[in-house]
Amino acid sequence: MIELKEISKKFGHTQAVNTISFKVEEKETLVLLGTSGCGKTTTLKMINRLIEPDTGQIIINGADITNQNPDELRKGIGYVMQNIGLFPHYTIAENIAVVPKLLRWEKEKIKSRTQELIGKLHLPENVLKMFPHQLSGGQQQRVGLARALVTNPAVLLMDEPFGALDNVTRSSIQKEFKALEELKRKTIVMVTHDVQEAFELADRICLMDKGKIIQIGTPKQLLYQPVNDFAKKFLASQKLALEFKVVNIQDIWSFLPKGTLQDGKAFPANLNIWEAMELLRNTDRHELLISADNKESKTVTFEQLTQGFNQFQTSQPHE
Amino acid sequence: MNEQQQTLWQFMQGQSDKLLNQTLQHVGLTFISLLLAIAIGLPLGILIARKRKLSGTVLGIAGVLQTIPSIALLGFMIPVLGIGAKPAIVALLIYALLPIIRNTYTGIIGIDQHIKEAARAMGMSRSQILLKVELPLAMPVILAGIRTATVINVGVATLASFIAAGGLGEFIFGGISLNNTNMILAGAIPAALLAIILDALLSLIQKMDFKKLRRALYVFPVVILILGGFYALPSAYGSTLTAGFTPEFMGRQDGDLGLRSVYGLKIHTIVISDAVMYKAAYAKELDVISGYSTDGRLKAFDLKILKDDKNIFPPYYAAPIVRNEALKQFPQLEETLNLLADKITDAAMTDLNYKTDYLHQSPERVAKDFLISIGLYKAPKNGHNGTIRIGSKIFGEQYILAEMYSMLIKGYTDYDVSTKTGLGGTKICFDALTNNQIDFYPEYTGTGLLVLLQPDAKVAKEMAHDKEKTYNYVSAEFEKKFKIKWLKPIGFNNSYALMMRRKQSKDLNVNTITDLKNYLDKN
Repeated sequence: MIELKEISKKFGHTQAVNTISFKVEEKETLVLLGTSGCGKTTTLKMINRLIEPDTGQIIINGADITNQNPDELRKGIGYVMQNIGLFPHYTIAENIAVVPKLLRWEKEKIKSRTQELIGKLHLPENVLKMFPHQLSGGQQQRVGLARALVTNPAVLLMDEPFGALDNVTRSSIQKEFKALEELKRKTIVMVTHDVQEAFELADRICLMDKGKIIQIGTPKQLLYQPVNDFAKKFLASQKLALEFKVVNIQDIWSFLPKGTLQDGKAFPANLNIWEAMELLRNTDRHELLISADNKESKTVTFEQLTQGFNQFQTSQPHE
Repeated sequence: MNEQQQTLWQFMQGQSDKLLNQTLQHVGLTFISLLLAIAIGLPLGILIARKRKLSGTVLGIAGVLQTIPSIALLGFMIPVLGIGAKPAIVALLIYALLPIIRNTYTGIIGIDQHIKEAARAMGMSRSQILLKVELPLAMPVILAGIRTATVINVGVATLASFIAAGGLGEFIFGGISLNNTNMILAGAIPAALLAIILDALLSLIQKMDFKKLRRALYVFPVVILILGGFYALPSAYGSTLTAGFTPEFMGRQDGDLGLRSVYGLKIHTIVISDAVMYKAAYAKELDVISGYSTDGRLKAFDLKILKDDKNIFPPYYAAPIVRNEALKQFPQLEETLNLLADKITDAAMTDLNYKTDYLHQSPERVAKDFLISIGLYKAPKNGHNGTIRIGSKIFGEQYILAEMYSMLIKGYTDYDVSTKTGLGGTKICFDALTNNQIDFYPEYTGTGLLVLLQPDAKVAKEMAHDKEKTYNYVSAEFEKKFKIKWLKPIGFNNSYALMMRRKQSKDLNVNTITDLKNYLDKN
């Protein structure tokens, strides 16, 4: 668990971060969202003491981080950054082995752990002997992730991890990222300015502006209960697409007809509307079998799906 | 051309042990100083990359040191460090410092910030970041600095021979003094080859990829250390007294060679420039030096001339030598120059030299005072009837003579004068004369005979100890060979002489060169 208590930081006359407090629960992914210069990266870097706060307190797993040696603290926190920052003079294997070597792991242990991660991150084995410049951007970012995960730290900090990638590569890595079992066990703080990405990956989003927190909450809360105009406007341009991603079939369950019971592969009800639509459009089936948590099953068509969604929308409280 | 190459080859073969010795010394000097420069420059570069505020000051100081002329720097070192290897290494170190500091600094600050941030974020300590990230990534740039420093050092190390630190400069400057092209080339070609080879080797290391580089970096310091060690090899030699001889003296029959063959003198000898030799003797760095009998520093530093009791030093009477064409072009020239004939005695010349060298009066003032004292001075006529070009070699006496001739020509004729003083040695001066760059300069009969004419040993031996014979011989030969005329001698005899500190000479009871030999044989 990470807790920030009234953290402030000034650079010269600029108040980069202004009395910020939040908690990140164990195994939760918190995304710091905002425009550039809003203080989100500064906030992130204070968590592993790359930047020291002027005032306030940061507690990780019950311990105040200012009482710890910064180098030791950082060895226990994974860090992924936009520019990846792989060492150009190290091979991929050596890059991944940096922290294990600092921790004096045995060679065999480093090797087997590296192999394991390479497999999980879908990197071909022959990259291990290559140098960073010989890899594509997407591969480099996977190596960056492997480097951060290799010692299995409980906390992972990510600074715009997919920012340097093209759209196609980005969405495929995001998907892998979401599916990666290792990451589900971690407490993650991630910085992004990409609203779609934030909604895709966050358990909770912390929307920031001018060094202050505007709103902190689940994607659904941000979308349906924005606290002010700024929060509303920030999401306005992509509202519909975000809603499709935030609302799942469970939410609109009551607006769906009973449907005819049918045998075949059933999808879980936590499928969001966007995913359900994609399945219906891209495959040759007209209907989708969904089974809810209570073992109840329904079949939906595209029309039924949109109708159910619209009814859900109008049932939501409006400001 | 073919013949020239062969004789150069023969010279190098004949002197191969000396050549090897000098080359090893040269490599040794280069690398000892390089090693020290790296030991100082690298940490300094790292320091100013950490504390950028210091960078301006440190780079500024290193830059200023770099601009001090090398000879001047060597001169400054003598009072503090004496002569020999120490000041030479320090001087070379100073020249090597700037490129190493600057490249270490730019190499480190040029590293991508994100890479440094990643290193910190992974929990590397400052020293781990330095050793594992910053230095390896900056290494190609640092190596480029070391490469520059190496090439600079190979060049500047030739000057080390001026202060008795050895190296290929001994051949180069000896050759210039002795008018011996083969000797110059025997020093210059290996020096140039050294620079080219070292540069190429370092560029190979610089272009290696990171993996090979990492291995090379373990070997590199060892190689530098071994090469630096070369310098220590040749110096196993000892006698109770130490002699410092100029490169010219070392190579001459009427110099070191004669001392060995005629007197059988065996003394630990180092090669040193004329400019610092007297001071080094005064400072007890040297005991015996090969000076000139009219040198002002003889008086200034209280040195005593050892009597040449077996007459190996031929007479060196000074006289102006003039191109015949110039005598035709300027009819009044000869009689004007001859005004000074037989006017300056040995003692008078020593005194004049003392005034410039030690009292630091300008040669112009010394010349004028002297001409006034013997009643020859006349105010300049400011004539414009053609310009006479006067040359001089690069030591005090020649400047004074050039000034006197300039005043006489301006005062007694309608000609104008331009002076080209400070031509670096006999060969350069004489080449300037034969190539119509100057019209005349003061030369010495002994030099004319032994350096410029170089007759076979028999003729030389027969001539060399007789003032008249020598003068007549050089006059006739110069007329025949070069169309150059020797005018009347000025009077003084500036011959080679061995000298010691007066007190030491008295203490050891050494008054002649034979005394010196006997003393050395006993001790």
